[in-house]
Amino acid sequence: MAEVAEKTEAASPRGEAAGIPAVKTVELTKRFGRTVALAGLSMTVPRGEVFGFLGPNGAGKTTAVKLLLGLLKPTSGEGWLLGKPVGDLQTRRRIGYLPELFRYQSWLSAAEVLALHCELAPLARSSWKDEIHTALETVGLTDRANDRVGTFSKGMQQRLGLGAALVGEPELVFLDEPTSALDPVGRHDVREIIRGLASRGTAVFLNSHLLSEVEQICDRVAVVDHGRVIASGTMDDLLSGTTVRVRVTGLTPADKNKLSDFGRIDDEDDQLTFANLDAKRVPDLVASLVAMGGRVYEVAPRHQTLEDRFLQLLEDEEK
Amino acid sequence: MPPILVIARLTVQESSRRRLLLALVILTLIVVGFSAWGFNKITTVTNNQGQALPPDQVAVVTSQLLIVVVFMFSGVLALSAAVVAGPLISGEVESGLLLAILARPVRRSEIVIGKWLGLAVLVAIYAAGAGSLELAAVDWATGYLPPHPLDLIVYVAAEGLVLLSLGMLLSTRLSGITAGVIALVGWLIAWIAGVVGDIGVGLHNPALENVGVVSHLVLPSDGLWRGAIFAMEPDTLIAAMRALGTFGRANPFAAIDPPPLPFLAWVAIWFAGMLALSVWSFRTREI
Repeated sequence: MAEVAEKTEAASPRGEAAGIPAVKTVELTKRFGRTVALAGLSMTVPRGEVFGFLGPNGAGKTTAVKLLLGLLKPTSGEGWLLGKPVGDLQTRRRIGYLPELFRYQSWLSAAEVLALHCELAPLARSSWKDEIHTALETVGLTDRANDRVGTFSKGMQQRLGLGAALVGEPELVFLDEPTSALDPVGRHDVREIIRGLASRGTAVFLNSHLLSEVEQICDRVAVVDHGRVIASGTMDDLLSGTTVRVRVTGLTPADKNKLSDFGRIDDEDDQLTFANLDAKRVPDLVASLVAMGGRVYEVAPRHQTLEDRFLQLLEDEEK
Repeated sequence: MPPILVIARLTVQESSRRRLLLALVILTLIVVGFSAWGFNKITTVTNNQGQALPPDQVAVVTSQLLIVVVFMFSGVLALSAAVVAGPLISGEVESGLLLAILARPVRRSEIVIGKWLGLAVLVAIYAAGAGSLELAAVDWATGYLPPHPLDLIVYVAAEGLVLLSLGMLLSTRLSGITAGVIALVGWLIAWIAGVVGDIGVGLHNPALENVGVVSHLVLPSDGLWRGAIFAMEPDTLIAAMRALGTFGRANPFAAIDPPPLPFLAWVAIWFAGMLALSVWSFRTREI
């Protein structure tokens, strides 16, 4: 895949609207009968940032995207995209969307699907050829431009969907699980595409289960669970702690309970993981283990990963 | 091109690429060919004296056979319209095909009307093509041309559009198979109710008569079919049936009068209402 960044790196972020967030919601709520799918979502996604929207299955991520795109109507609350109320028809000219449930006209060729999106965007007909060429090249489908979509694998269809979301150089792109059907190479390519989008000032709203992926490319994340945002901020804000993994034998359950002063522990027999432990307390921890009669084989402090933090947040929520 | 026309073009393109049009063309040619052979045999029928039938009798027999053949064509059109319209919206909602399109600056009303328009064009083309071919074949085989050929094509097309409109309205809320089945059952019930209404006329039973009237108002497919029948009948046959009085009106495969103007006006209102309901239903649907 060619990098979008290469094509547009000279372009400055769209400064003309820099003060207006790409996405803003205030107490956005959606109920389906008695089920609360989204409970008062309030957030702001600045322009030009890659925003990760995380959460377990059924947390309300796709509901939030559909509300923002006007596919669902909110029960209460408000939302704005690029400064305009959600549902504004003209704003959709500046938005791209790759649905989680991606499906494109199987009887059309890849180039025809992109032409359809150029037409509906709507873009000037004179620009279609370049737009289609760029989109196909970006997602690595140039060789399959004239093949029917019905002959594509799921991964190729997802690439095509990503290409369709990129036509017209949108200012805001919603990507709902954009790598769910892709192999590792494809995932890498998508990361590069997202970085390219960010470099040209496009805001990316990324729904993903792949936390390592989010960690690599997102500037800011929000973690949602049971329809509520339980944490949000920049990656640095969220991942400030240290995780310490210790391999130790000779401890009784009672001994392990006494270690709760060092924070939350994931106990996997001989391997204890202390989430969010200040690195300065590691010597004290080792001393305590030895004092209890434990035989310490390995102590491995590392920066907290998004997955560590994510699991910790969900666990805290359940308490 | 406005979004409505883009969606209409896409709908026609889908039918073409999926070879629906090709299948219908081939089947139509086969039926027209066989019916031409059958109609030709009418001219070889002789009376008790071994003489060929006079032209008036050939016209009457041909018109009756033509009504049966066109009933089949209109049935194929109605069934096809219902089957294709059933999943028109719901199929694309369920598969996710509409998600990326709805995120574009396209109104839901444009999608509904565009899809209706695309299929309406196909229905009209099929009715005009198949009807013209069949009438040409009958004319070649027997020398009989119905008195109102254009009316015939318009009524048959309108009957197809009724099923298309009903199927599409149901498709905005129900699954494709459910919408298609309900539309088909509705078409059959409307036809039977029309027959019941005819029987009511013959028996001077107002309750049964009202069944026909109400069914024509709720689903005007049978009322339009009666218009198609009238367009196919020679004047001599109509005069003979009129002479029979109310009994002449009790035949489900015959029509003594063309559909009244108020009914045709109601059909226009019915189409507008169905489209408006479809738009409202889809606009208020959560996807």
